[in-house]
Amino acid sequence: MTGPATVGDIRAVGARLPRNDAAEKATGTAQYLDDIELPGMLHTAFMLSPLAHARIVSVDTTSACAHPGVHAVLTGEDLPRLGGGAIKDMPFLARGKVRYMGEPVAAIAAETPAIAETAALLIDIEYEELPAVLTIDDALALDAPLVHDDIGAYELSHPVEHGGNVLSRQEIVEGDIDAAWAECDVIVENEFATGAQYHHALEPTGAVASFDPGGKVTVWSTTQSVFRVQAEVAQLLDMPMSKIRAVSPRIGGTFGGKGGAHLQPVAVELARRTGRPVKAVLPRSSDFMSMLRRHPAKISIKTGAMADGTLVAREVEVTLEGGAYCNESPAVLGFALLMARGPYRIPNVRVTGRAVYTNKLRAGGFRGFGNPQSTFAGESQIDELAAALDLDPFDIRLNNAIRAGDKWLGGQTVEACGLVECIGKLRAATAGRPRKPDPAAGKKRGLGIACLAHVCGLLSTAANVRLLEDGSVTLSTGAVDCGQGSDIALAQICAGALGLDISSVNYVNPDTDASPYNWSTSGSRTTYMAGRAVAAASEEVKERIFEHAAEMMECAAEDLELRPGGRVGIAGIPDREVSFAAVSGRAHWGVGGPIMGHNALMYDGERFDPKRAIVKGFPFSNIGTYVFGAQAVEVEVDEATGRIEIVEAWSAHDVGRAINPLGVEGQIQGGFVQGIGYALTEELVWEGGALANPSMMDYKAPSAMDVPAAINPIIVEHPEPSGPFGAKAIGEPGLIGVAPAIANAVADAAGTRLCEIPMTPERVLRALKTR
Amino acid sequence: MEDRLTIALAVNGATREARVPTAETLLETLRVRLGLTGAKRGCDQGVCGACTVMVDGRAVRACLSLAVNCTGLEIVTAEGLAENGVLDPVQRAFVESGAIQCGFCTPGLAISARALLNDSPQPTAEEIREAVSGNICRCSGYVKIVEAIETAARG
Repeated sequence: MTGPATVGDIRAVGARLPRNDAAEKATGTAQYLDDIELPGMLHTAFMLSPLAHARIVSVDTTSACAHPGVHAVLTGEDLPRLGGGAIKDMPFLARGKVRYMGEPVAAIAAETPAIAETAALLIDIEYEELPAVLTIDDALALDAPLVHDDIGAYELSHPVEHGGNVLSRQEIVEGDIDAAWAECDVIVENEFATGAQYHHALEPTGAVASFDPGGKVTVWSTTQSVFRVQAEVAQLLDMPMSKIRAVSPRIGGTFGGKGGAHLQPVAVELARRTGRPVKAVLPRSSDFMSMLRRHPAKISIKTGAMADGTLVAREVEVTLEGGAYCNESPAVLGFALLMARGPYRIPNVRVTGRAVYTNKLRAGGFRGFGNPQSTFAGESQIDELAAALDLDPFDIRLNNAIRAGDKWLGGQTVEACGLVECIGKLRAATAGRPRKPDPAAGKKRGLGIACLAHVCGLLSTAANVRLLEDGSVTLSTGAVDCGQGSDIALAQICAGALGLDISSVNYVNPDTDASPYNWSTSGSRTTYMAGRAVAAASEEVKERIFEHAAEMMECAAEDLELRPGGRVGIAGIPDREVSFAAVSGRAHWGVGGPIMGHNALMYDGERFDPKRAIVKGFPFSNIGTYVFGAQAVEVEVDEATGRIEIVEAWSAHDVGRAINPLGVEGQIQGGFVQGIGYALTEELVWEGGALANPSMMDYKAPSAMDVPAAINPIIVEHPEPSGPFGAKAIGEPGLIGVAPAIANAVADAAGTRLCEIPMTPERVLRALKTR
Repeated sequence: MEDRLTIALAVNGATREARVPTAETLLETLRVRLGLTGAKRGCDQGVCGACTVMVDGRAVRACLSLAVNCTGLEIVTAEGLAENGVLDPVQRAFVESGAIQCGFCTPGLAISARALLNDSPQPTAEEIREAVSGNICRCSGYVKIVEAIETAARG
């Protein structure tokens, strides 16, 4: 099934096109943040907190300031505004207290990076150490020290239920959960735990700031949104937004870690004070210690079913460890809860959750946004339930799977849903797996599957399309391509809507001075949301072209059709046509003025239905339209070493419509491998308050030797009515079901259930012992 | 005062002179003094592979090599793989196979792939995986990278 063919959907939509910037990236000429060199540019070093929790007694920067080559030293007192998230609790340089080891305390701008680093060692800070809160249990203890002494004093950017070390408390209830347990033939209960994953973008976090003589600053940075950079720098430094221009160079991966301000406020303030351009790029160890990570979670989950496998009730309690500052924790918690029912028809549901502060590295948005944690618990438990009822893991999922027209938890209607097709295609693709017999003594093979859902939508966006005099178009949105391929997908939507060759679409690099608006490259939303704006703006251009063409050929606009390559003709008369260039020339020099299309929109789907669900403490009332998928792995478990090898993987996703199947496959495969890392090897580990493995040497992201040769993408297309050419999303889904699919495969292979990720060899061996 | 030497480096077929501290890495010299920013600084400790360049035909980590030790050796960076604007077959295959996402790992991977194919024109998939196992890619899942190198090998 493919999306509805439209007149303009001639060649570009659905084509396997290389990304716009592929050649410059292949030749090493693409410009990333650290490749920017400006005359007179200074370099920045940060001094990081050596303690997890301490009062700052005194700060002496005299020696550092006097060091030759140093131009400015900033400490917390120089950046008084707080920011960070729903709770504005975070100074960009610590003030009063330090709340995690690695928190930036001071910043130095100097002639060279080496001078800045030397000067950082000369800053003298006296600390009074405080007892630290290092775990979820520590945070919730009755006599727990407070990470934030007076949380009630903070400004909120939107309401949250918080108090003590709890930064957000939320709940959704549907049906009658307490009565429902009595109807169940089988009830299973489990406790799950998930680890702290590091984004591990290959490009370290960085920012460059440079003021022009008029007092306007240009900020280049590694970011998911130039518009968030502009707004947050303005708020944090008390500057008018009109004096801040934010630009993105090429971005070397973000995965959710660069949605908000990071080093930009410091770089701008240093540039302002020194009158020189300033570059700040974190060394890898500081990127590990000071930026963001995925929330570790503890999840208690209980699911009940009838003897035939019909799901009746599910209750989930999620606790997220948010680290020292709020950042996006309330939204991550909310989304974890919204996804905790899973993509199933379950009439009775209660999901409750808390996010807590600890004196550890901040947690924030990371591909999946709370969903991988909930899905690990939920999909692991579906297999436990299937085992208890002696049902096939495919059958129990198919029989309960959500379908188009059903309601999501909270009451939003699911418009399009290819979940059943995803499960069916996965079943067909994995028929005969796992391959038996097992290959050797002590090695066991198993197959595991997991379903997933996600959303795309969220907030506002806009697009401008302008027809140039030669008949080509300039497309501008402000959406940052962090590597996922949205630039080419958006260009394809524009080209498709206008019947143009892709080479005729000039995609403008995001720049707050030139781009219309895009909230952020977050939440798998760019193709769907920016794509909607692009399609509508392109449609407006098409209407203007048709008006001109109708006058030029003296016919009715209704009789016109787009023809490939930038032409418009009278339907049924092949030789009656005019080129876009002729139309645009007429508009520019004769009649009507330049042809420009514009569209701006806010995600406008259904909100929570108060008649259906009780919703408490949620940071949002709707998020987006739902997307679906199902993933499978065949694994081999070595019972002697505890090592899990992925033999082959399959990943089926309903993307609505694949605008660029090459890019969709890349997102599926890349997400899958990031999921393998999350499931098997990646974990930030602390010794007391100290991060023990802040290096790529000691934190293990998968290499080419650690992944299966075949990660088979399966693209399913159930067009979304509101999506551009029916398209939805694929950014995050590829990661979400991987960990539970692997855990289910391990259970199938070795007869033991791992309830904690990453499933390191040590944990596997421990689980095997308790079989 | 740190020790400095004036060195001549043969980079991408041209001789480039630079006066460098003796402790300066080849990566620093290429990026900062010679303006060749194709080699990327990902970890600065020899793990991620983003700084990979070819030195006398072998793929090496520029962040672990001293510039002064590279005098007289032939250095090729990603910028030097393309000739007269025509992409190397490895680069062309990376572009066309969808093997590039954020692209931060791509210059290093292109060098590792070129060094492999120079030594072993028809590698197996397993040999390809081993040859690029020191180049971390966080975006692609490696599938299309291996496919691209297979495509380049087929010519």
